[in-house]
Amino acid sequence: MDELQSLLNGFAIALTLQNVLLMFLGIVLGVLIGVLPGLGGANGIAILLPLTFTMSPTSAIIMLSCIYWGALFGGAITSILFNIPGEPWSVATTFDGHPMARQGRAGEALTAAFTGSFIGAFFAVVMITFLAPLVAEFALRFGPPEYFAVYLLAFCSFVGMGKGSPWKTIAAMMLGFALAAVGMDTVTGQLRLTFGSTELMRGFDFLVAVIGLFGIGEILQTMEEGLEFKGRSAKIDARVVWQTWKQLPRFWATSIRAVLIGCWMGVTPGGATPASFMSYGVARQISKNGHNFGKGEMEGVVAPEVAAHAAGTSALLPMLALGIPGSPTAAVLLGGLLIWGLQPGPLLFVEQPDFVWGLIASMYLGNLVGLFVVLTTVPLFAAILRVPFSIIAPVIIVVCAIGAYTVNNAMLDVWLMMLFGVAGYVFKKLDYPMAPMVLALVLGDRAEDSFRQAMLMSQGSLTILWQNWLVGSITALALVMLAWPFVSPLLARLRGARAAQQA
Amino acid sequence: MDRPEGDGDGVVTVATMEIIVAGLFLAFGGMVMFDSYRIGASWASDGPEAGYFPFYTGLIIVVASLVLLVQGVRQRAASRAAFVEAGQLRQVALVFVPALLYVAGIALAGIYVSSAVYITLFMVFIGHYRWLRSAAVGAGVGVFAFVLFERWFSIPLPKGFVERALGL
Repeated sequence: MDELQSLLNGFAIALTLQNVLLMFLGIVLGVLIGVLPGLGGANGIAILLPLTFTMSPTSAIIMLSCIYWGALFGGAITSILFNIPGEPWSVATTFDGHPMARQGRAGEALTAAFTGSFIGAFFAVVMITFLAPLVAEFALRFGPPEYFAVYLLAFCSFVGMGKGSPWKTIAAMMLGFALAAVGMDTVTGQLRLTFGSTELMRGFDFLVAVIGLFGIGEILQTMEEGLEFKGRSAKIDARVVWQTWKQLPRFWATSIRAVLIGCWMGVTPGGATPASFMSYGVARQISKNGHNFGKGEMEGVVAPEVAAHAAGTSALLPMLALGIPGSPTAAVLLGGLLIWGLQPGPLLFVEQPDFVWGLIASMYLGNLVGLFVVLTTVPLFAAILRVPFSIIAPVIIVVCAIGAYTVNNAMLDVWLMMLFGVAGYVFKKLDYPMAPMVLALVLGDRAEDSFRQAMLMSQGSLTILWQNWLVGSITALALVMLAWPFVSPLLARLRGARAAQQA
Repeated sequence: MDRPEGDGDGVVTVATMEIIVAGLFLAFGGMVMFDSYRIGASWASDGPEAGYFPFYTGLIIVVASLVLLVQGVRQRAASRAAFVEAGQLRQVALVFVPALLYVAGIALAGIYVSSAVYITLFMVFIGHYRWLRSAAVGAGVGVFAFVLFERWFSIPLPKGFVERALGL
């Protein structure tokens, strides 16, 4: 039980007064970010990243990861009270959460959502505690071909598990890779895709892209809908919480399924959003109250929230153990590690145990703090949503501009942020997925490095991706994922034809 | 997206927008291939050249965008769904154009002053608030940002003539 011993050490690190205060600060900021349109986990953390440069890496990651938990909690508030999902992963929460609020059961819905979130996150953290060290130890044996195969698998999964057009996923992803290549090539020192511009030598910073795509893009889209927030008010007191908690054990089976779906979708880069939809869909099919879903069924709030948080939390497992983030927000945290001078990947567990276990311990504590904070402060955050959009919009644009500038102290980045904002608006409307693009932008250089090293080992032969069972099976799985959206319609047609013959 | 009935006329159809975006991807992919070919996209004696990886990235973009282009052209015949309606576009421009002016203003007047002015004007002209209240919010955000970045975190942001005049 080495893990438990390490975890206890982690608690000792995380439980200093300063770190606990940072946890509270992070959660409050995170809920705020989750509630406000235009600010979400990914770009909110990207904007706040420069503020952590002077902190110790452990304190910094504790605060930033708590912002992430806070944002995950915050999305539920807007979904239930205002029928506006503050975050994409809380869309499924609106289906039953808002009807409950209209029936005057907002307090119950919120309590169920927050508690469900906590349960989902808790099980995901338990999984990280015991699985991440094993994965990291296993990954220590990885060489460049294995790493490239894992990158390949991560990116092919986006194509295989994406809902929209696979071609759009591929185009968006490759755009990310191409943007990552801009600037000086680290191996040969040659300038790539700069077209004579000295400013572009620095390359595109993914933080700027994240702020533009998710921040400015979302503001533009919110504005288009001419949003006026009309919400329900909610009061949560100890009695409502207690009564809701008494009902929750009934949903144990739904919760277990949701945790499993969430952990799976989080570790593979499916992400929290599809996890929440899938969990909601499965719960509706299996539950005996399924016909009531959409009319204000508590189970329909618990299912997506548990899955979204399990996914959002377990997205940190590949980030910690392999250095491959499972979601845009995890990618931003990974960017933070690099800035603080830590090398993400399996060696992190060996070289920086205090950091890793401090972070894992803070996940337990942060979610507990989060549950406490959101249960006690909902009216406050609901009040913030009543501030008119014509005040919030310019303030958020100012915050985004400052955030983009501080990444590199460059004005060009602020202009690029506006450009990415337009791209984000158009991509969102045309269903181009942004998560694979951001991850490609983050991982582009590392994926290319591992590819080059692998090619050097094999003298340019792609057969190195099949040289042993390990790398071969990862590569094969990746290709299956890549082919899936093209093969599955054919299979469906084949099955349809056979059914027609039999009939 | 698929709201055929709205409060105004469609400015551009989804299909046209798909074609435009696919065209931009095509041009971008071509550009990436061209520049990667220029610096060398093949195999040198010491391993892959600098343009090797991006060249194939560009190639995949070109292939994907061609497929999307064809799909867009087909969709154009089938569907007239609007990408954005006139009223919606006006709303978006109402946010986006002032934001562009604001970013241009940063170079002129520094980030704090232009932020304060931007928030104030936005609230007055778009939110129809009183001048006093708008100016109070604008100035408040500007001063708070100044104290937060320059004093607490010692992160210098762009400053303009006002800060210079005040000797900050």
